[in-house]
Amino acid sequence: MYEQIAFYLFSVLTIGLFLVTVLSKNLLYAMTSLAAGMVLVSGFFFLLGADFLGVVQLIVYVGAVMALYAFAMMFFDATKDTKENNTNGSWIFLLGGLTALLLVMMFAAPIFSESVVASYPSVEGATNPQNVGMVLFTKYLIPFEVAAVMLLVAMIAGIILAGKKMDHSLTTNEDNIEVKTLSKEEEL
Amino acid sequence: MIGLSHYLILSGLLFAIGLVGILRRKNLLMLFFATEVMLNAANVAFAATSHYYGDLTGQMFAFFIIAIAASEVAIGLGLLIVLYKKTGTLDLDNLATMKG
Repeated sequence: MYEQIAFYLFSVLTIGLFLVTVLSKNLLYAMTSLAAGMVLVSGFFFLLGADFLGVVQLIVYVGAVMALYAFAMMFFDATKDTKENNTNGSWIFLLGGLTALLLVMMFAAPIFSESVVASYPSVEGATNPQNVGMVLFTKYLIPFEVAAVMLLVAMIAGIILAGKKMDHSLTTNEDNIEVKTLSKEEEL
Repeated sequence: MIGLSHYLILSGLLFAIGLVGILRRKNLLMLFFATEVMLNAANVAFAATSHYYGDLTGQMFAFFIIAIAASEVAIGLGLLIVLYKKTGTLDLDNLATMKG
């Protein structure tokens, strides 16, 4: 009973918040509703018994990714509404709806199949983080390491891309941020 | 009782919302937000499948999707900052400079 109430509450709220994200003109509203929707998506993970995935979602998505977006919005002018010229919007909604229908059919097709069996069933008596650790560090060790290397590459690329000409102000378009360097003579 | 199909339909709906955003928005940062919505929809589908079949593979894929999303955001925001320094706008139509 509680599961049903939680599922429907979370789904209505998530769909509404993500709709605000997609349709809002204000950048700040879009980002805030996206963060709130991600918190509710982690609620789905807790409902599904995937505790570790929910915690990772909270830490990585709501914590790191949203903080990164918030920092990036300091570079751009987030207060004014974004002006976009949208042509033939009804076509886009039609295409999106048709794709949703197609996706539901595709997703629902394996449910009627009887041949789906668990290749890595969870161990009895172990909690979800223990199970995740056992599978992640045995079967999925190489993808895990590759993901770590990929994150390192992404970090270096982000630093190099964003770090150039940081003394140049983007909002006022002038080099007003002077780097205070004292020469040896001034210090003496 | 909430079954697998409930979660899959919800995930399809969220994916369609993200797709409408991808097709509709012209601001690049808003396009990124729509991408995040789509990735979250895929994560919900993976977690639900993993739970209802008692298999942990779906959760593993969801972890890797989260890692990929994090690196995508890091590189994408760096590129956005470089683009904003160069053109002063985030409009997607301004990128069509090679149009003859």
